Amino acid sequence: MRPWLVLLLLPALAGCDEMSRQPRDDVYRASPLFADGAAMQAPPPGAVARDAPAWDAALAERPPMTPALLARGRERYRIFCQPCHDASGSGHGIIPARGFPQPPDFNSERLRQASSQTFVDVIGHGHGVMFAYGDRVPPGDRWAIAAYIRALQLSQHAPAADLAAGDRARLEAPHGR
Amino acid sequence: MPQIFKPSADTWLRTFAAVAALGLIAAALFGAGVARSDWVTRAGWPVEQPVPFSHKHHVGDLGLDCRYCHSDVEEGRYAGLPSSHVCITCHSQLWTGAEVLEPVRASFAENRPIAWKRVAALPEYVYFDHHIHVARGVPCVECHGRIDEMPLTWRAKPLQMRFCIDCHRDPAPRLRPVNQVTRMDWTGWASDPANRGFGERAMRRFHIQPAKLTDCNVCHR
Repeated sequence: MRPWLVLLLLPALAGCDEMSRQPRDDVYRASPLFADGAAMQAPPPGAVARDAPAWDAALAERPPMTPALLARGRERYRIFCQPCHDASGSGHGIIPARGFPQPPDFNSERLRQASSQTFVDVIGHGHGVMFAYGDRVPPGDRWAIAAYIRALQLSQHAPAADLAAGDRARLEAPHGR
Repeated sequence: MPQIFKPSADTWLRTFAAVAALGLIAAALFGAGVARSDWVTRAGWPVEQPVPFSHKHHVGDLGLDCRYCHSDVEEGRYAGLPSSHVCITCHSQLWTGAEVLEPVRASFAENRPIAWKRVAALPEYVYFDHHIHVARGVPCVECHGRIDEMPLTWRAKPLQMRFCIDCHRDPAPRLRPVNQVTRMDWTGWASDPANRGFGERAMRRFHIQPAKLTDCNVCHR
């Protein structure tokens, strides 16, 4: 072929875009490698994750109550719990409003007596019609949510005597009218 | 020797040359226009899915946080497509007889993934990582648009290299508070005096250096 013709055809190479699809199996892709046609495979039965000991340790021990833990718990609660349990923990969330069975009130006597471990277990494994959230809420976040549920419960049952003097004065000040 | 060309030949030649030149320019402009068009970038074109999932209903009407379903977005490269387990969390009780949800129930029952079609796909020579963008406060809406207003899901932005580079050259106006990263409606936020200079402060706090953000190997590894 004449060199000038090759030069003329060079720009046509810009039309080749083979590298935008590469022969590799990315997550969520289909793959002919496996029988079920998916690139992502579940671990074989009996497999132990490398971080399993750390996971179990985080699950076994309740972390100390700190403002950071509560803040994390509030954030996670709003993502995963609020749709059903509502911002206040009353159970009047938007999903029950659409027909889902209503969850119990976190401020009920039974749940105020329940241990943090109970909440952590329910988040991880589900309870009744509530599915397990263990795959989306890791152990640390389960404890954080449990801590935030405690804060929600306190917010509805705080004795007036525990308030700081200024807040107490405001509470007891005669209201308008 | 007789005349080969008529007197009009010169005019014909010049006309042909002019038309050919204009045609070349027009073809180049047309090609460039097509490459930037929505038809090629697929921006704004709803993608047909096995189930007509509505982000408008789930995010806009019900107020679910993006991370309820896309729960890997803070940790990994991929935001994560929810497993059918996540769908059935609610749909074991709601819309249990709905025909449009049959593929979801079948997927859950048979432990077989739903073949969702990719909407916001990048070329595979690009290494995009959701985690770092979310951790620095680039809100979801910046690239994915008002997903809470999409009854079917489409690609909101062209997602071509220029789109990425525009922001990597000048990230400050796009940065938002990290704890509100999934918020969709930012109307009035930037003009609020309380938020003046937020982007610049975030740049300093996170040591974001635009000069390095445009290095080739930031995205191409």
